[in-house]
Amino acid sequence: MKRTIFGNQGLPWLLLAPQLAVTLVFFLWPAGQAVRQSFLREDAFGLKTSFIGLENYAALFRDPQYLNSMQVTAVFSLAVAALSLGLALLLALALDRMLGSARIYTTLLVWPYAVAPVVAGIMWWFIFNPTIGIMPHMLRALGYDWNHGLDGSDAMVLVVIAASWKQISYNFLFFVAGLQAIPASLREAAAIDGAGPVRRFLTITLPLLSPTTFFLLVVNITYTLFDTFPVIHATTEGGPAQATNILVYKVFNDGFLGLNLGSSAAQSVILMAIVIALTVIQFRWIERRVEY
Amino acid sequence: MVEHRPILTLVAHLVLILGVLTVAFPVWLAFVASTHDSTAFGSGVIPLWPGTHGVETYRVMLGQGISTSGAPPLLRMMANSLLMALIIACGKIAISITSAFAIVYFRFPLRTLAFWAIFITLMLPVEVRIVPTFKVVADLGLLNRYAGLTVPLIASATATFLFRQVFLTIPDELMEAARIDGAGPMKFFRDMLIPLSRTNIAALFVILFIYGWNQYLWPLLVTTDAKFYTIVAGIKRMAEVADAVPQWNFVMAAAVLAMLPPVLVVVLMQRLFVKGLVETEK
Repeated sequence: MKRTIFGNQGLPWLLLAPQLAVTLVFFLWPAGQAVRQSFLREDAFGLKTSFIGLENYAALFRDPQYLNSMQVTAVFSLAVAALSLGLALLLALALDRMLGSARIYTTLLVWPYAVAPVVAGIMWWFIFNPTIGIMPHMLRALGYDWNHGLDGSDAMVLVVIAASWKQISYNFLFFVAGLQAIPASLREAAAIDGAGPVRRFLTITLPLLSPTTFFLLVVNITYTLFDTFPVIHATTEGGPAQATNILVYKVFNDGFLGLNLGSSAAQSVILMAIVIALTVIQFRWIERRVEY
Repeated sequence: MVEHRPILTLVAHLVLILGVLTVAFPVWLAFVASTHDSTAFGSGVIPLWPGTHGVETYRVMLGQGISTSGAPPLLRMMANSLLMALIIACGKIAISITSAFAIVYFRFPLRTLAFWAIFITLMLPVEVRIVPTFKVVADLGLLNRYAGLTVPLIASATATFLFRQVFLTIPDELMEAARIDGAGPMKFFRDMLIPLSRTNIAALFVILFIYGWNQYLWPLLVTTDAKFYTIVAGIKRMAEVADAVPQWNFVMAAAVLAMLPPVLVVVLMQRLFVKGLVETEK
């Protein structure tokens, strides 16, 4: 809050107008349409619509494909979060021991942030190509026949690796910042008391890092829920047999290709509820951090 | 470092080198693939060392594109991407900085409501409301236009919050002094606030440029005319062909070209990039 302000009444509206116009036309109005649409049923020709209450939602929760999609999304999200957070923490801990070479390692580790998810997806898709890819070639030597076009879990592993690869750099930067914020005196005192590196990590570093970890967990879940759409779209397209059909891909698929508007709208509304919940969690956490 | 343990330091170096190699591995293979002839992908395993057709591949892709799959020359797609990224980044910064100015330096009715209207955009990513948003843009006749490609993505709660945060740390005395000297609100905004938030603008620009360049779903839906294709959204169309006809060298060349500009921005402006990343997540 500012103590002193400008007195004009019209000017602030003029300054806000562009942002509010874009927000109203492209955010609030479509979101409102999605909510309205989710209570309606439209016939095949779009001529007649009727109000059906929560029927679209009820249908979704009876639909085994939707329930499967929820499960797939949960597995995908948690796998990507665990893999990218784990590797990023390991790299950040290693970097924490570096003195002179920290900068060059950081440069060499952060650039994948700038790579578009679709490019990450295409590159890993190429590496795992069942006929000529290098990974299936190596796996075959180990006696495993890789084919993400036929095997659902192979496809899931592929999209998890592609999505995590891109996210490591982001998590790494925040873990490095989190580690630097831990006072060195704490670890030194523990070292004087005879605690080894493992013990110090478990009793000092990890607990003091937990706000960062929690924040990153929320960010990573948001990332896997929405920003990984291109990875799925460019590689597995939700298949084989729905094995990688995450919620955000299904909304797109049902709305644009299946043209099932009511169901797609209901799915949109459910996703919005998930984002709102995640945003609220994230902001509450930030309030807490301020007290820290 | 708390104590001297050479073995641990060695392990740390090993972990980091392994990490750097893992992260670079797919990009290396993509680059290698783009330097080979199409015949290299017929059978066997993908090549691991660069071939001799690199110059040719990139020349064909930049100048002609793949005619068989209707992919236009990549140079044009990259120009479209650049334009889209610049409009989105500059547009977001422009409308957010004025919004933050209005919210911080004025008191007017419905101020809180305006603030919440902007805040709520944070909770409505485009993927979630894709069908109705597409309909709005189609109804407005903005398909296959640069305006349709950029304007719907231009609202930004994060940027508005960032500038609000910056303005709140600027001492009140500065504004009082400006007022005593007879400066109106717009003069104060132009001569005081913008210069004072220069580094924040630059850091935000780096993040938003990457965001704009990497847009995928939205350009994919809004552009059906090849004149407006962006490179990131165009990759999928090329990859679909590669599945049937092994043109992996062309697809990987497109992947390399699609990631080059944003990666260069991160590497060359690392300090601003890190600042922008940390600030926008506050």
